[in-house]
Amino acid sequence: MPLGALSPHSPQTLVIAALFANILILSAVIFLIVAGLVAYAALRYRARPGDAEPAQTFGSKAVEIAWTVIPIVIVTGIFIVTVRAMALVDAPLQPAFAPDLVVTGHQWWWDARYPNGAIAVSEIHIPAGRRLLVEVDSTDVIHDFWVPQLARKMDAIPGRHGYIWLQADKPGTYQGVCSEFCGAQHAHMHFLVIAQAEPEYSVWLRRQAAPAARLPIPVFERKCAECHANSLKGPDLTHIAGRDTLGANLSKNTRANLALWIEKPQSVKPGNRMPDQQLTGAEVRDLTGYLESLE
Amino acid sequence: MITHHKRIGVFYLLSSLLFFLLGGAEAMVMRAQLSLPNLKLLTPETYNQVFTMHGTTMIFLVVMPVLTGLGVYLIPLMIGADDTAFPRLCAIAFWLQVGGGLLLYFSFAIGNAPNAGWFSYAPLTENAYSPGPGIDFWAFSILLIGAAIVASSINLIVTIATSRTSGMTIRRLPLFVWMHLINSVMILFALPVLVATLVMLLGDRLLHARFFDAAQGGSPLLWQHYFWIFGHPEVYIMILPGFGMISEIIPVFSRQPIFGYRSMAASTVAIGFLSYGVWVHHMFAVALGRTLLSVFAAASMLIAVPTGVKIFNWTATMLGGSIRFTTSMLFAVAFLLEFTIGGLSGMAFAAVPVDWQMTDTYFVVAHIHYVLFGGTIFSIFAGIYYWYPKITGRLLDESIGHWHFWLVVVGFNMTFFVQHFLGLLGMPRRVYTYPDVPWWGALNLISTVGAGILTFGILMFCANIVISLRFGAVAGTDPWNAWTLEWADGNTSVPVRSARPLWDLKHPEAPDWAHEQ
Repeated sequence: MPLGALSPHSPQTLVIAALFANILILSAVIFLIVAGLVAYAALRYRARPGDAEPAQTFGSKAVEIAWTVIPIVIVTGIFIVTVRAMALVDAPLQPAFAPDLVVTGHQWWWDARYPNGAIAVSEIHIPAGRRLLVEVDSTDVIHDFWVPQLARKMDAIPGRHGYIWLQADKPGTYQGVCSEFCGAQHAHMHFLVIAQAEPEYSVWLRRQAAPAARLPIPVFERKCAECHANSLKGPDLTHIAGRDTLGANLSKNTRANLALWIEKPQSVKPGNRMPDQQLTGAEVRDLTGYLESLE
Repeated sequence: MITHHKRIGVFYLLSSLLFFLLGGAEAMVMRAQLSLPNLKLLTPETYNQVFTMHGTTMIFLVVMPVLTGLGVYLIPLMIGADDTAFPRLCAIAFWLQVGGGLLLYFSFAIGNAPNAGWFSYAPLTENAYSPGPGIDFWAFSILLIGAAIVASSINLIVTIATSRTSGMTIRRLPLFVWMHLINSVMILFALPVLVATLVMLLGDRLLHARFFDAAQGGSPLLWQHYFWIFGHPEVYIMILPGFGMISEIIPVFSRQPIFGYRSMAASTVAIGFLSYGVWVHHMFAVALGRTLLSVFAAASMLIAVPTGVKIFNWTATMLGGSIRFTTSMLFAVAFLLEFTIGGLSGMAFAAVPVDWQMTDTYFVVAHIHYVLFGGTIFSIFAGIYYWYPKITGRLLDESIGHWHFWLVVVGFNMTFFVQHFLGLLGMPRRVYTYPDVPWWGALNLISTVGAGILTFGILMFCANIVISLRFGAVAGTDPWNAWTLEWADGNTSVPVRSARPLWDLKHPEAPDWAHEQ
């Protein structure tokens, strides 16, 4: 994620970056005042041999009131800009309209569902320049959906829905991560948000909603379909060949990596929910070939 | 049975030191695994156990007991009491605490350590996602420790309320005692909430209750509310006694009374109250609505005010003084600066949209370590250098002390300052490894090297404790020319007519009580 929250690419993250910059400057000033006073005291009032006890000062009401009231004024100011920034950044708590996109966290990958029935896994396409209302859900434990350059983070909590605005000003690929500890493979729960110009996006969306290019082969029905097609406990594979990466952005989507996943899922991503299927070499080859045809 | 507060206090200090070394070793294991991208020194499962044990150890087996130990040792001496009010409660609290620690580490020994973080969010901690006994060990051991901490707090409150020597009115209590008093009251309201929610968790896990299971009508959010209603006061519980030590040490080494004694005590009370109204700032990334979040943002920002008062009071105490830079004072001054950084980054988190970006990243890891290491641990180092001669009769060695200080300051800042940048660059916390993204590798490597330097500093500290016990300079009863009763060394005839009875004794020409009138 090149430069993360430091390189905002949406109106919302721009607001947050500006708020952060203001607080950073203010904090630097406050720190320099404290450090300056401490340094001054350390240099000016260092004990020298033979010093008598200094005059005893017990405090000063005026000074103490001043450094209570001035900080109150400062935090009041910060509070006001904070509340204004919140209004600009935050989506409604209970929106009156349907979301443009529903993203769901699973141990350990993300999928996104579109109103036309398309499902994207770990690579979420959006139209550039348009503000989308995104619903954030979870099917198991608590996750957190975070694309530092594009949007605030939102916890994905089972039984609840969170809503955020997701927008990318320009076409591009933006890195996302899960930002709430969610178990063994929390570290490998990355995703991409791919912002495209409207025409390309609508082509992608139409294709993504289409059924699989080929009917399932028998070994897929036997070994994979239960989780990857029927219950969707595992990621949807309808268009897996159209993805750039596998295993929640863990590796490139190449033939060799795909075959490795099918054969030894636990060696690629230890602890993930896909058990070793004890496949023969021929079955691995057939499955790899089949999945590679699912553009 | 050993019940005397000095003995129990030393037991607390020694057991905390042992657990500090264990927790530190865990931290080094994590830093080794994170030193380079895509390292595979640890399995994800092991890493998750190690970070869970590190956090749990440092909070429940190091910071809380070492502060309790210092309180148990010093408070009776400072208020002129022979012992704590309930000596046997004092002892049982310590043994429960150690029992909890051993139970926790037993889980490590059988290869089933807890692995869901010190915050153990449900539903990750439910049987469906954490089937082994690790979470049960964690919950039971924290239950024991929670009971121990509540017991020792009751003991300290009653001691301070009933065992003060004549003349030691509430307005003449040393600030260390003041802050322990507020702290103990806070513990009485915070820890039972934790204990309640641990019982609920164990109910879910062992009795198939469904407090936190959304699919069966429970609420995962309930855990978060309960945990942080305990957890945020807990953060202040871990710093207030540190504030108390700094409020004793800076005046003595600056040869000035604390600037603004009353505002120091009053700001502690304010922190105590406010700390119960800020817990939702740990949950800003949950969809709770802007109105609710604004209220908690306001309270979280407001708490900066009494904290700022303290920082300014300490600084003003130094101004116009005659400052002696012993190792103890060096740590106290470093505390001022490091804690200010931690406080200011905390202020950034109170600004809700900043939290929406930064929470659960390395920025938080940096923040909490500036508060808990740069704040609490530095204050503990200052306190140990200050009171070690009281406890052992010998001074800690100053030249080893200076090595200890500089290695820790350099190592600490090198380890944790760069983590601010890692957070800004989008690195989430609690990941066992990370991809080779620009800057992440370099910053993590700097952090790991810093942790190595920090480790050398801690080893210097341990060496100093051991060497000085045998070879340290003999301290006498009052090595710092101090003002509070613990340095009167059992001389119970010292009249208490101000907050600095020994000053009055040493300066009959200008006693504080004349000024107090």
